[in-house]
Amino acid sequence: MNLAKRGPTRREVLHAIGLMAGTTVLYQAMEALGHAKETQFAGPPNLQGARPGARVVVLGAGLAGMLAAHELAKAGYQVQILEYNNRPGGRNWSLYGGDTYTELGGATQKVGFADGNYLNPGPWRIPYHHRALLHYCKAFGVALEPFIQMNQQALVHSAKAFGGKPMRYRELHADWDGNVAELLSKAIDNRALDSVMTKDDADRLRLALRDWGALDQNFKYTKNYRSSRRRGFERAQGGGVLGEPIPSDVYPFKDILDSGIWRVVSQHMSIDHQHAMFQPVGGMGMIGRGFARQVEGKIKYNQKVTAISQQGGKVTVTHTDTGTGVTGTTEADYCVCTIPLSVLSQIDVDCNPALDAAIKAVPYSNSVKIGLEFKRRFWEEEEAIYGGISFTDREISMISYPSGKLHSDGPAVILGAYTFGPASYKFAGMTPEERIARALDQGSVFHPGRYKEEFIGGATVAWSRVPFTLGCCAMWNEETRKEHYQTLVAVDNRLVLAGEHASYVGCWMEGAILSSLDAVTRLHKRALEA
Amino acid sequence: MRIILFAAAALLATPALAQKPAKAPPPPHPGAEVYQNVCQACHMANALGGEGAGKIPALAKNGGLEAAGYPIMVVTGGKGAMPWFRGSLTDTQIADVINYVRSNFGNKYKDKVTPAMVAEQGLPAPRGAEGPR
Repeated sequence: MNLAKRGPTRREVLHAIGLMAGTTVLYQAMEALGHAKETQFAGPPNLQGARPGARVVVLGAGLAGMLAAHELAKAGYQVQILEYNNRPGGRNWSLYGGDTYTELGGATQKVGFADGNYLNPGPWRIPYHHRALLHYCKAFGVALEPFIQMNQQALVHSAKAFGGKPMRYRELHADWDGNVAELLSKAIDNRALDSVMTKDDADRLRLALRDWGALDQNFKYTKNYRSSRRRGFERAQGGGVLGEPIPSDVYPFKDILDSGIWRVVSQHMSIDHQHAMFQPVGGMGMIGRGFARQVEGKIKYNQKVTAISQQGGKVTVTHTDTGTGVTGTTEADYCVCTIPLSVLSQIDVDCNPALDAAIKAVPYSNSVKIGLEFKRRFWEEEEAIYGGISFTDREISMISYPSGKLHSDGPAVILGAYTFGPASYKFAGMTPEERIARALDQGSVFHPGRYKEEFIGGATVAWSRVPFTLGCCAMWNEETRKEHYQTLVAVDNRLVLAGEHASYVGCWMEGAILSSLDAVTRLHKRALEA
Repeated sequence: MRIILFAAAALLATPALAQKPAKAPPPPHPGAEVYQNVCQACHMANALGGEGAGKIPALAKNGGLEAAGYPIMVVTGGKGAMPWFRGSLTDTQIADVINYVRSNFGNKYKDKVTPAMVAEQGLPAPRGAEGPR
């Protein structure tokens, strides 16, 4: 393949990226080139004609479990859900003022947030293309509102740039585009692209770069009205005598490079984080409640499952009531099991050895979320930051301003940390009080003089210490996907697994929904053929 | 009132204590920091683990740690809900933390794990790991 002779085709580029970086990056590249599709959802399954009296036991009252129960009940099955917690929703969950939460290890938090304020410990945003989840939110009467993902007025902080001072996302983004446009137009001037473009196309690209990067007539990115229309003015446009705006200085490109702004920009180009995004009005837990309304009376709470048997032409689930300590069994013809693999791998499951191996092959990731309540929305009142996220290279990784009740008075909750990788373990190893103190300390870089001063109280969930999951979500990798995924999702005699772990939309609610719909459709087919 | 008196007595006593030749505290075990930053997220600061819908095993007084090859395999490759740490911890850190756990929390195993043993017996980190978004 000689790239100099003719431009590489898209296919060649994708192949090369795939070889160099593996499928994850390939998929990202496919997204960028518009090849990736939205998640698969063709509408609710409309299952019908269950054999009279056929029973299904569903393990877990998270979204996957409740949806399975709902769709199977509609098809005519008698359905019983067993749930470990004393509430529906599973990882779909919000902590409100008055709630009490005890993590593994025994630390108990009494959440003191004001009325209506909340922390979403798990999922917190819904991409517009998660059509299945959006469908059921509407069908089940869960009101949604916009989730503001990207906010150019928010801040980007790096210890390695601008002396550690947080900068406006808007300025860094404008300067990144402007500088890249100027450099590329220089490359065209120097005929560096002659081997890959015709003269005509190079001329067109050059003009496009001037528009795209807000370059001046000489194809330079400089301090002027044009660049300030993007990055903001030194003195904003006004009325009367001092109405004339004063342009702002652009930053040196080295500083822009040091800031790592492209990471934030590229994150927002991912199909998972493009606008529009949604959140339920009043907290993510509203989805769990909405689903629970569809299966009212079918959920038995506080049940810890200890064994699943498929002997004797039926399913027998052994479970212990965590309140009374009484152990009992529930029998059914079929079982939809949505228990996270982190827990299921410790339960005695009577199944094909290959499925048993698959259940035990997938570890769980970790993450820590911390909600911080402040006396007032100083970020809105003083800095015009309405929703969105400020990013940092500190352990907390970001702070996210509330998208709900914008422009209101009174206390409000910021997501003060969403940790990944090593920082998750470090934070999870602390006491809740230590986590909150550290998040407050690290996040104060964005709002010095306000963050600590106007703080009221916090709440935190470390997923590795969550009693019902022992982790955040299924951590598949290339090898386990290849070796175990198809086994994990296959119907095993009278048992089928569902949940985000049984999907390729891992860690998202959409994955739980799609997995559940697929599982019940196949289980129903199996039941009718039996 | 009694508390205040006690505090005052402690304040008075402090200078006298400070004059005594202070014995330097022993240097912390190199594995202690790894344990605090990683392991105790699940196994807890006291290494007693926890139990909810499932169980996080206690590392304290754990007979399974007797053969050093076992923790090497688990820490590098993961087990059940526990992810692999090959790739996020160095072989030295893995050896340090295994030595730390095997000689603390009521464990008294004398033999030491070396980074070379981790390099030789450890499982490789898998490729293309997925995670929260």
